[in-house]
Amino acid sequence: MVFKKAAVQVLLLLAGIAMLIFGIWREEAQTVFSKAIRLCMECVGIG
Amino acid sequence: MAKNKQINKKNVHILARFRGWIQAAAALLTNMHLPNFLNGSLNRGKGKYACVPGLNCYSCPGAAGSCPIGAFQAVVGSSKFKFSYYVTGILILLGVLLGRFICGFLCPFGWFQELLHKIPSPKLSTQKLKPLRYLKYGILLVMVILLPMVVVNELGMGDPFFCKYLCPQGVLEGAIPLSITNEGIRTALGTLFSWKAFVLLAVILGSVFFYRPFCKWLCPLGAFYALLNRVSLFQMKVDKDKCVSCGACAKACKMDVDVTRQPNHAECIRCGMCMKSCPTHAICYQYGFGDLSKAKEISTEKKELKK
Repeated sequence: MVFKKAAVQVLLLLAGIAMLIFGIWREEAQTVFSKAIRLCMECVGIG
Repeated sequence: MAKNKQINKKNVHILARFRGWIQAAAALLTNMHLPNFLNGSLNRGKGKYACVPGLNCYSCPGAAGSCPIGAFQAVVGSSKFKFSYYVTGILILLGVLLGRFICGFLCPFGWFQELLHKIPSPKLSTQKLKPLRYLKYGILLVMVILLPMVVVNELGMGDPFFCKYLCPQGVLEGAIPLSITNEGIRTALGTLFSWKAFVLLAVILGSVFFYRPFCKWLCPLGAFYALLNRVSLFQMKVDKDKCVSCGACAKACKMDVDVTRQPNHAECIRCGMCMKSCPTHAICYQYGFGDLSKAKEISTEKKELKK
């Protein structure tokens, strides 16, 4: 049980790192950045 | 009596003792560009490539990074992508490394609700409202993931449904400070703003009477971290040799968790109230891989067998 939980934790961490790298590789971070530096109309309630 | 209280405080983990200060520091760090509040502009620094751990609108003038929920919807709702591996990866890493410790210590909106709850008033129990906890998972699935993915315009772009129709942080941190300094934004606010201001008002009023109603029932970020709370490296541990089953911890828990039954329950935000209330100091934090409490039990059993 102890090792099973540790294995799940390690797998999830590896999956997280892999997804993060894959996301950066296909330039998702650029989309996040360009949205975040402009006023988000939906967020503030303009529409 | 006073001496007893001092002893109790010393036995509580330093994180739990200084939680309020940590929450204040986290809120300040998340919104560190304070001069922007005066000139009504947004931070355009490279920090916005990354996501902050808590719910914090990136349209807040002081925001240092991106809101993970807003960022996820921005990617999913864009014409280029249908899913965000980048934001999901960040959320998995944060969830496994810290779990809902983020809700209890690092989220500015959680801290805001806690401050409101300090306003003297009758405090209402949420024990009987436990089924409402599942609402936040529905919001995560429908408003954050499915709707921006499925409901798209002719260019293939979807709206950030959660940010647009439900998130009160956008009004609190974005619309209010920006409309004070910017007349253009002030005049552009209409029906949608009125609806979102109503949601914010409801959360504010709810927070005075209930403990963290938005975190318990509505927050999709809390829902994501809740899914990973059981496998988080940041864990609660109950020493069964010390526990006298008095029930003080369950009574003290404002998230309606019985830590002795499920130390790493999805709703546990690691606030440490149970640790403070425990008369035998049987509850503590632990950090590491595996189920640390059980690991200790197994090793002591092995030692006993060797003897």
